[in-house]
Amino acid sequence: MDEQLFRLKTGLAEMLKGGVIMDVTTAEQAKIAENAGAVAVMALERVPADIRKEGGVARMASIKVIRDIMKCVSIPVMAKVRIGHVAEAQILQALEVDYIDESEVLTPADEEHHINKHAFEVPFVCGARNLGEALRRIAEGAALIRTKGEAGSGNVVEAVRHIRAIVREIKTLAALPEEELMAESKKLGAPYELVRKVAREGHLPVPNFSAGGIATPADAALVMQLGAESVFVGSGIFKSTDPERRAKAIVKATTHYDDPAVLLEASEELGEAMRGLDIAQIDEKDLLQTRGW
Amino acid sequence: MAVIGILAVQGDFDAHSKAVGAVGERWKLVKKPSDLDGVSGLILPGGESTTFLKHLEEEGLAEPIRQFARTKPVFGTCAGAILLAETVENPAQPSLGLMQITVRRNAYGRQLSSSIRTLTAEPELSEIGPEAGTPMEAVLIRAPVITAAGAQVRTLARLQGDPALVRQGFLLAGTFHPELTTDTRVHRYFCQIAAQVGKSSSVSPAEHK
Repeated sequence: MDEQLFRLKTGLAEMLKGGVIMDVTTAEQAKIAENAGAVAVMALERVPADIRKEGGVARMASIKVIRDIMKCVSIPVMAKVRIGHVAEAQILQALEVDYIDESEVLTPADEEHHINKHAFEVPFVCGARNLGEALRRIAEGAALIRTKGEAGSGNVVEAVRHIRAIVREIKTLAALPEEELMAESKKLGAPYELVRKVAREGHLPVPNFSAGGIATPADAALVMQLGAESVFVGSGIFKSTDPERRAKAIVKATTHYDDPAVLLEASEELGEAMRGLDIAQIDEKDLLQTRGW
Repeated sequence: MAVIGILAVQGDFDAHSKAVGAVGERWKLVKKPSDLDGVSGLILPGGESTTFLKHLEEEGLAEPIRQFARTKPVFGTCAGAILLAETVENPAQPSLGLMQITVRRNAYGRQLSSSIRTLTAEPELSEIGPEAGTPMEAVLIRAPVITAAGAQVRTLARLQGDPALVRQGFLLAGTFHPELTTDTRVHRYFCQIAAQVGKSSSVSPAEHK
């Protein structure tokens, strides 16, 4: 039964491959996202760029907003909960959202423990900066991993750092002799059985997407070329001057990530991208990626 | 040798390529019309049908696929079956309209209603390959249901009475995901159709007159 449930959870993630999951805060935005070709939408209270600017506690989106979004689109609807907030997750499961993102973008509810995601029938996606973090979340029951990047920054540098780290660490693991895997497991802080599985198969046991700072079609193509299987775009779309056109362009670039002629087409006449932040200018305490472990 | 094309604008094309590889056939990904050159059968994978439609429109792929389907086999799973259908419900949306079937999207409900069930299959499907005679699993992910089928449509497998895998000529549509199992029968069956059609079409058109 557990094995079947895991297959259904990762099965939906398989369906989302090669696509774009877009952050939306209203039903109108969700409709724009669907019309642009999004494979799913992520419902949240405020986009990360606004959370960063306005501060305060960021929580699960209002139920009414999520319900409106679920009514107005036919694609899967995801929603975010705070790290460790079991009750928010229970509420979203009762609401029957299609995926839950236990997300560092919201203010953590628990600074030590993530949600035991095995206890849920609804699948979870979690952020990771490296292989160890990805495997800890998978061990807790996550059915999909995304890079954390640095949400709301409009700067792809952290997403690049994280996808490169995960891909490199998987390759390293695959090249190690069996007897070194226990020490490696200790070093990664990840369960031995999962470490062995990754070493044997050469990939994560769940799909591997990218998120956090993707703002342009070129950004989406870059993380896809580095090994991401789909992209999440947050503030990048609805903080730009022409969200509809940008959304379409990022969808196109994600599919044709390895075809520069199409990327050129997708990059033309886009209006202005969101302004973006230099990561070095963000105070250490204001970084979102260091939430969770 | 035959090459199976797999539409790769979005969706679980990766799982399909592994499934085609598992029955010993070659495959290539199809993202634009010219990718159809040299392809002997086309798979439309699972994914989001609304997203597929945007890409087909954007890439000008709809008409080339319709043309392709006149002479060569096409197999659609889940979102792919929705594309093949003449009529789509919940909500109504455009499609390639290649098979006389009506498909209801997300007919079981949302992800929490996704399930793994057992198919009742016709012997021409269940009795092929190394898995012959064993039960056939249907992985249903936010799955559609085929609610009506025309006279030319034959049902190869059912789920609680509803058609789950149907065939019309050399077109095949399934509501479930054989590519998410290790059972090779459905892909084997489709590759056999592609091989047969490939052989008969090597006869020059003049000989048909």
